Amino acid sequence: MQQVLQALITIVVGVGGCVGYFYASNLFLDKVLFPAKGPNAARNINRASMIRPWLFLMPAIIALGLYLAYPVFATAWLSLNRNGSFVGFENYSRMLGEAKFWESMRNNMLWLVVVPAMSTAFGLLVAQLTDRIWWGNIAKSLIFMPMAISFVGASVIWKLVYDTRPEGQDQIGLLNALWLNFDGGIGSLIFLRVLPVLALLGFAALAAWVGWTMIRPLVRSGQGARGGGLLTLLRVVVAAVALWLIWKTVTGIFGLATATLPYGQPQTWLTLLYWNNFFLMAVLVWIQAGFAMVILSAALRAIPEETLEAAILDGANPFQIFFKIKVPQIMGTIVVVWTTITIVVLKVFDIVLAMTNGQWETQVLANYMYDKFFRAFDVGVGSAAAMVIMLLVTPILIWNVYNVRKEMK
Amino acid sequence: MESIAGRKSALVWAVHISVLALVLLWVVPTFGLLVSSFRTGDQIASSGWWSALSTQEQSLSPIRVEGDEVQKDGAYVIEGTLFPRGASTVSAWGTSSRAIDAYVPGDTAELGDGQSLTLDDKGNYVLTSPTSLEGTRLPRIFATASQPPEFTLNNYQTVLFGQTTGTSIGRAFLNTATVSIPATIIPILIAAFAAYALAWMNFPGRALLVAAVVGLLVVPLQLALIPLLQFHNWIGIGKGYLGIWMAHTGFGLPLAIYLLRNYMVGLPRDIIENARVDGATEFQIFTRIILPLSFPALASFAIFQFLWTWNDLLVALVFLGTGDSQLVLTAALVNLLGSRGGDWEILAASAFVSIAVPLFVFFAMQKYLVRGLLAGSVK
Repeated sequence: MQQVLQALITIVVGVGGCVGYFYASNLFLDKVLFPAKGPNAARNINRASMIRPWLFLMPAIIALGLYLAYPVFATAWLSLNRNGSFVGFENYSRMLGEAKFWESMRNNMLWLVVVPAMSTAFGLLVAQLTDRIWWGNIAKSLIFMPMAISFVGASVIWKLVYDTRPEGQDQIGLLNALWLNFDGGIGSLIFLRVLPVLALLGFAALAAWVGWTMIRPLVRSGQGARGGGLLTLLRVVVAAVALWLIWKTVTGIFGLATATLPYGQPQTWLTLLYWNNFFLMAVLVWIQAGFAMVILSAALRAIPEETLEAAILDGANPFQIFFKIKVPQIMGTIVVVWTTITIVVLKVFDIVLAMTNGQWETQVLANYMYDKFFRAFDVGVGSAAAMVIMLLVTPILIWNVYNVRKEMK
Repeated sequence: MESIAGRKSALVWAVHISVLALVLLWVVPTFGLLVSSFRTGDQIASSGWWSALSTQEQSLSPIRVEGDEVQKDGAYVIEGTLFPRGASTVSAWGTSSRAIDAYVPGDTAELGDGQSLTLDDKGNYVLTSPTSLEGTRLPRIFATASQPPEFTLNNYQTVLFGQTTGTSIGRAFLNTATVSIPATIIPILIAAFAAYALAWMNFPGRALLVAAVVGLLVVPLQLALIPLLQFHNWIGIGKGYLGIWMAHTGFGLPLAIYLLRNYMVGLPRDIIENARVDGATEFQIFTRIILPLSFPALASFAIFQFLWTWNDLLVALVFLGTGDSQLVLTAALVNLLGSRGGDWEILAASAFVSIAVPLFVFFAMQKYLVRGLLAGSVK
């Protein structure tokens, strides 16, 4: 009960303190420091209105500076220290020498590709499909629901889905119960070979298309695209990533088509090396797809009807309308959704901690960092890992700031 | 629109079915855990939750005959039933684990020493013996029976009020509320003032500050953990509620300022100009005009911040202690996953206790949540 009292007092003190501060400081400014009367009234008003914004901003600036800006520099400094003395980049070289770090990086890259892509794809699919059906809002509401569930709660939910009982017992995990229905017959061929291969082919085609749109201006014009060197570099990097993805997907398809699957045996999904990463990712996709759906659905609704009507009159089929009319018009929103989910993915921690705690090669950067900080008590390497996360976020940070500056001008 | 192009009925059906499949895919995992949270541990461990929804035939775990013996016609007799609550139907039974379906209901099993056991299809048994059964080991019955769905609220009672679980979820619930309510209310006020200054006051450096807020929006809070923990230890508050309230306030501010500023910029300029001309001070304009008009944005942010602080694990692990008085729901769940990962009845009920409040907030205030998401992401 004591803590409830403490919470109530904090609310009162916090809210009262804020109101009191703003009220008193404004009063002081208007009545005591620069009163808007007497011989200097005009000058005083001017001065007061120069100071007032800073009065309004002061608490926020202090809180932001102390709780977000200062820690970035403090962590950077900690990453260059070991046991209180400056060691340069020793922590980084230690970290780079650890197999667990590289495992985390590799997994994080996998997460970065799969989760935003799948979440956005599902979100777009649902947004488009529910657009015109009468129970669309109910469907959207249900798919949006996981947004409210904590990552840990979601992990418990999915751990039950992935649960395994020994062979011969009744399975209580949904996935194993479904898996045991496959016996290598025609159903298995369709669901475990043909459909996944088709999905992967679709993904490869998407990657190829993105890569091509990136590289096309460079190839066509010959004299370099407009936008200068930085943009050209960005295009080349994206195209290279797309090429790498295509290669990965094609080898994946080959692997999938030729693998012998252990039909009839219950699987411990979370210990299947490499694939277990995907079972963890499914949890985050399940949570984030609703977010993507809500935003993309609003963007789809904002598309001018005339463009769609014109396309229908010209005889476009629904797929053409979707891919050639709608998607290009909401490309900006898709990018925003993609980057937002990317940031979430870079910070993903709870799911891995709760489901595998980084065992069976599922470690990711944020959990690696937590391990270093609070289990190995190695602040130096932990800070170095945190800086790596910061470094990965930085391009998005710069891009956002650049956009806002452009918008404000 | 769709009908202009005609011949769409097949496609419409495909759409309905695909959406239904997707909705099921999204809802079924949660539903599974919900159903499990109302089943006993034995039920969860022996069959999938989907089989709890209909009458199921299954082999029960062995039940030992018990009851008071009475003398009847020179023999000692024990009568009783396998199913005190009734409603089950026996299809086969046996008296040893090697032959669990040796008899059909109504058969009489000879157990040696002149003892005999009869079981009917309702689960009523009669054990007859020529000698007294006092002090002897009574036989066990291995029955295969079809049982109707059966649910219990005991799991919730155990996790909320019981002492046996090691971690009291009821207490953790209170702790989580203690963390998240002040951490939701305090940033709103600080952010609202700052957002007003950034939206409607002219001063040098404004654009720079807005850019800084947008930049801080994506800074991973992982970087803040160690420096802030050191800072809290240095100023003497250490690990505790005060520290986590301050941390959540700091981490929530960029989004709050960004959302509120975007909303306030869109308010009609005339109202504010008129108020200024009429001699209202900035403070009055803010409290009398801006705050009431910004209610939707304030509500959006409040929901975000509440969901985030309620569901947070990392900040709570770092800034709160591990004692019972400071363990939040998410941390308690992680502990349970580690220590009692197989006890699904405890896990499921605990998870639902932690999910209930956010889900309620979500469904009650979805409108504001969606609005906030749109304001925060779409430009």
